[in-house]
Amino acid sequence: MQRIGVFVCWCGSNIAATVDVEAVSEALKSEPGVVFSTNYQYMCSEAGQNMIKDAIKEHNLTGVVICSCSPRMHEATFRKTVQGAGINPYMVEIANIREQCSWIHKDKQTGTEKAIILGKAAIAKVHLNAPLTAGESPVVKRALVIGGGIAGIQTALDIAEAGFDVDIVETKPTIGGKMTQIDKTFPTLDCAACILTPKMVDCAQNEKIHIYSYSEVTAVKGFVGNFTVSIKKKARYVDTTKCTGCGVCTEKCPVKNVPNEFNLGMNNRRAIYIPFAQAVPKVATIDADYCNMLKNGKCGVCSKVCTAGAIDYKQQDEIIEEKYGAIVAATGFNPIKLDNFDEFAYSQSKDVITSLEFERLTNAAGPTSGQLLRPSDGKHPHTIVFVQCVGSRDTSGCGKPYCSKICCMYTAKHAMLTREKYPDTDVYVFYIDVRTPGKNFDEFYRRAVEDYNVHYIKGMVGKVAPRADGTLDVQASDLISNEQLHISADLVVLAAAIEPDKSARPLATMLTASMDTNDFFTEAHAKLRPVESPTAGVFLSGTCQGPKDIPETVSQASAAAAKVIGLLCKDKLTCNPCVAHSDEMLCNGCSSCEKVCPYGAITYSDKEFRMPDRTTAIRRVAAVNEAVCQGCGACTVACPSGAMDLKGFSNKQIMAEVDAICK
Amino acid sequence: MTFSYYPGCTLKTKAKDLDRYGRKAAEALGVTLEELPDWQCCGGTFSMSKDEIASKLSAVRSLASAKDKGNDLVTLCSACHNVLKQTNDAMKNDPDFSAKANNYMKLDVPYNGETNVIHYLEMLRDRVGFDKIAEKVTNPLTGKKIAAYYGCLLLRPGKVMQMDNPENPTIIEDFIRAIGAEPVVYPYRNECCGGYVTMEDKALAKKKSNKVASSAAENGADMIITACPLCLYNLNKNADESDIPVYYFTELLAEALGVKD
Amino acid sequence: MSKVTKEQVLRSSGVNVLKCMRCGKCSATCPSYDEMEYHPHQFVYMVEKGDLEPLLNSDSIYKCLSCYACVERCPRGVEPAKVVEGIRNAVLRQSGMNHIKAENIPDMLDEDLPQQAIVSAFRKYKR
Repeated sequence: MQRIGVFVCWCGSNIAATVDVEAVSEALKSEPGVVFSTNYQYMCSEAGQNMIKDAIKEHNLTGVVICSCSPRMHEATFRKTVQGAGINPYMVEIANIREQCSWIHKDKQTGTEKAIILGKAAIAKVHLNAPLTAGESPVVKRALVIGGGIAGIQTALDIAEAGFDVDIVETKPTIGGKMTQIDKTFPTLDCAACILTPKMVDCAQNEKIHIYSYSEVTAVKGFVGNFTVSIKKKARYVDTTKCTGCGVCTEKCPVKNVPNEFNLGMNNRRAIYIPFAQAVPKVATIDADYCNMLKNGKCGVCSKVCTAGAIDYKQQDEIIEEKYGAIVAATGFNPIKLDNFDEFAYSQSKDVITSLEFERLTNAAGPTSGQLLRPSDGKHPHTIVFVQCVGSRDTSGCGKPYCSKICCMYTAKHAMLTREKYPDTDVYVFYIDVRTPGKNFDEFYRRAVEDYNVHYIKGMVGKVAPRADGTLDVQASDLISNEQLHISADLVVLAAAIEPDKSARPLATMLTASMDTNDFFTEAHAKLRPVESPTAGVFLSGTCQGPKDIPETVSQASAAAAKVIGLLCKDKLTCNPCVAHSDEMLCNGCSSCEKVCPYGAITYSDKEFRMPDRTTAIRRVAAVNEAVCQGCGACTVACPSGAMDLKGFSNKQIMAEVDAICK
Repeated sequence: MTFSYYPGCTLKTKAKDLDRYGRKAAEALGVTLEELPDWQCCGGTFSMSKDEIASKLSAVRSLASAKDKGNDLVTLCSACHNVLKQTNDAMKNDPDFSAKANNYMKLDVPYNGETNVIHYLEMLRDRVGFDKIAEKVTNPLTGKKIAAYYGCLLLRPGKVMQMDNPENPTIIEDFIRAIGAEPVVYPYRNECCGGYVTMEDKALAKKKSNKVASSAAENGADMIITACPLCLYNLNKNADESDIPVYYFTELLAEALGVKD
Repeated sequence: MSKVTKEQVLRSSGVNVLKCMRCGKCSATCPSYDEMEYHPHQFVYMVEKGDLEPLLNSDSIYKCLSCYACVERCPRGVEPAKVVEGIRNAVLRQSGMNHIKAENIPDMLDEDLPQQAIVSAFRKYKR
């Protein structure tokens, strides 16, 4: 019989306001095996922990039940506490009477009754707990960063700086991401390329960093410290070891009508291309959808003009496998498609553009060489209307429910730069709220209003009507003057909401990392572990976790790197001892467990067993690799014969909990 | 191909052409339209108030009658289409309303929005197929530049009408191409003509109708087509700043199919 | 006129006015804006505040075309037209508050007017 101590936490008023903690500790006193029961204001505090330690010694406790917050919050804390008093840490059970009880009940009597039941269930389980010892697993001293935008670049540079090898996998032919398309950065108006491209070059030159450009992650196996990742290097039909990036092929290629994605389709590129002058790696890529040679075998111009002999029309996709100790997701964002917002006439007029397109129209390397010209007729626009919150803060089902965070600031930047360079241009910004909480941000926005005379109008645009004379009739609200306005504009710029890159969801599935309903990666803890995924060994960098601007992205990227470095510094990791175990005598060799195991931790082998009457028989049985098993329990549910069980969460323990609840 | 057909009051009086050409064209396309024998006025406009029950019952009666016939219900007038679809949606998705309506009507079997209501244009697009129509056109309207006027009731509210993109529709433009003409896209094709406000505020109806008609004319249209008798009236009578002609789309369809007279 | 309550208007319209984030897109898109004393966003806000009297007494309730433009374009799914209809019905349901009278109809007619307009006007302007 165990000697069990019960410790009920008030959590200040978090629990005590809706649960009568005194009644709970009193009621649980009479449960079988309970020799001590008490309650305290903050069980996780030093005084609370000492109370547990003292009780263990005084009453010779063999098991402990803590009625408190979720085990995700403090299970580790209390395991450490009891270990300090000489009990095996796995002899602790947490009854969650906060998240699953006090926070969701209003009535104190109901809350108290439920807390007692949850406590009884935990006590019933502790009776069947057995001491467990955690094993150890080695750490592969190499990190993988998925996504080569500013987030991935910064994370990789910081990890490499600490002396660890790090690989970047980027789907595009070059690293650099969205920041390469941006002209200037707020609030200091640095040239984006001037501050980004040196970092791209640093990545290329750092011997600790390996860049897999034009590549994708296709499979992830393993667990923290020991991931095995398959990377598909897409055929670019160019031997990157030979290509010198001279660009002759990109000038001679006869296919001239490929929409240039770098300029968002506002001009064309060739079928063989280098995305932009500062691309890293600076090598050419053939676009198989447009290349005549690859489509019908008729051309070969690039091969003829390439003096390095780098063109290889026979190149195939190649899949390689690498081992990593840690993985960082840095998959970034995209502006949403504007199909649901045709009232703004984006699909009907070339002169209605997105803010990212505006960046390209003002960038010296853009389709207009930095001259702000209307896409329709190449003339200077004299009246420009900026529309904020296009698809952001939208709960109608057409857009995104969240604030995209960056639009207020980049619109202020666009408006200000336009007025600076073209003082004869009238600039209107329609806003719902101007949100500028950042260092020097509000000052920046006010400068647009006060020094540059940008017309900020509180209200939304309802309709943009392209007129036959080429102007755009912008019908909008001015809520302060309570008027409906009609502005005859030459150019309308839509601040489209941003959303996670489409690659994030399949990646999350591969990583078994959780996501929110908007497909942003979820943090392990929104406040205290913001750069870690709940999945051990997976870290988050940049906008894949939520909308953020460049300074925030870089901060988070460095924070994620710090977490990765902390992990890679360790030689061994303590494993979770709550792993599956197969009873060979019960195993019928059906392979159900092997099929459902997401970690590949189960193997089958033929084994000799002694049978009655001194005979032997060969039977096929399952065995669990404890270093690989993550204790998810899928196999225990799949096993038809009851051979598979999970240490610390055995079928018996769970049934005992259910019995205690139903009693 | 057989459908139940709900003509509505206006198509029996002031908008006989919309009905007559619609029936002739359907026949030419091999579509049988069976007029619901006991249809009643839809009510003209759908009350947006949840506690308006009685004024929606005549629409429910027609919908329930169509359910007994077992075929999809085709409507032609934009307003009837809007009222029938919204009422049907309320019967399907607003349990409070459907309980009250059923309670009041005392049908043998309660009606819960089972009838599938489609507009004549949806029938052309989704059942007949614009490509099939193009094949049957004997008298293409080649060279005609036609502006589609959707108005408000054909497409909105988009979540209930589920007919086309309410901000950038293509169904009538595709129809115009099918009959051999050239569609003119203009920004006010889905803005209101003023509707019933012509009874009460002529000036407002004129303002709205003129905006639509002049937008179509400015973009080079020879004519406007519509599915709504009230839109046709407003664009003809109240759009006094332009003399662009307005027709029912069924008239042009009948003409293209060679069955106009 | 007897007292009309905010709760009555909310129940009748089925609208949750608290969803409004005050962007004004309804009023930006309203085709009757210039004819209205109170605009769609004001209907939503004034009902939220319980400030119904001005709305109940304003001609604005007869200017809404029920064209659903505000319903379609509202980013929060507020459906302002339903609030306008809620207020108008609260007025029309009071005795003697019909906005048009049957005896005036003949003067409004012309030979082309589709009766759909008459039926709709009765629905919108008369109990």
